[in-house]
Amino acid sequence: MLVIRRDLVDAMVAHARRDHPDEACGVIAGPYGSDRPERFIEMENAERSPTFYRFDAAEQLKVWRGMDANDEVPVVIYHSHTATEAYPSRTDISFAGEPEAHYVLVSTRDPIEHELRSYRIVDGVVTEEPVKIIES
Amino acid sequence: MAVTVSIPTILRTHTGGEKSVSAAGTTLAEVIDDLENNHGGLKARLVKEGTLHRFVNVYVNDEDVRFSGGLAAEVKDGDNVTILPAVAGG
Repeated sequence: MLVIRRDLVDAMVAHARRDHPDEACGVIAGPYGSDRPERFIEMENAERSPTFYRFDAAEQLKVWRGMDANDEVPVVIYHSHTATEAYPSRTDISFAGEPEAHYVLVSTRDPIEHELRSYRIVDGVVTEEPVKIIES
Repeated sequence: MAVTVSIPTILRTHTGGEKSVSAAGTTLAEVIDDLENNHGGLKARLVKEGTLHRFVNVYVNDEDVRFSGGLAAEVKDGDNVTILPAVAGG
């Protein structure tokens, strides 16, 4: 289960809405071993595409170094789908390289109601998990 | 020619859990071959059909090797090689 503060959920949704129709992506870092997302980091979608996203490699190194220095890990890795449901695509599954992360998908295909779901993706196997939002 | 290689979580099963290992070589390709000798299975996770796998980013001293020759990128004694899973999808 992903337990996450409401302000962090709002920040992901706002980012996804702002970049729509392109996919938005980012990370929420948290203390190592805590499984608690805390530090919100919007990432550049180097692809600037409505159907694909990729963290810029140089920016990613900087952010990953920063997490290392703070004893943090990427607790949440999020991206948006702008025309389809919030379920991992085949490409999402083949790239998923952080077995301990919660992969959060936000769908902005409906202009009013967003859809937000969370998954573990380990060795190509997708497992959806409940999302518990706590008031911040 | 020894370099230090940072290993991401997903590949640490090949290094017995070690976050960072030492390897030898004068190019990234040689470093990866040396890694494979000591940590079997790593090469297949990094290289596909003679080029770096699109699922990983490799940096030599913080420079993305895609811009410095890929597997042919030169490494020097004391360099740091960092491997990160590429974060991407559709």
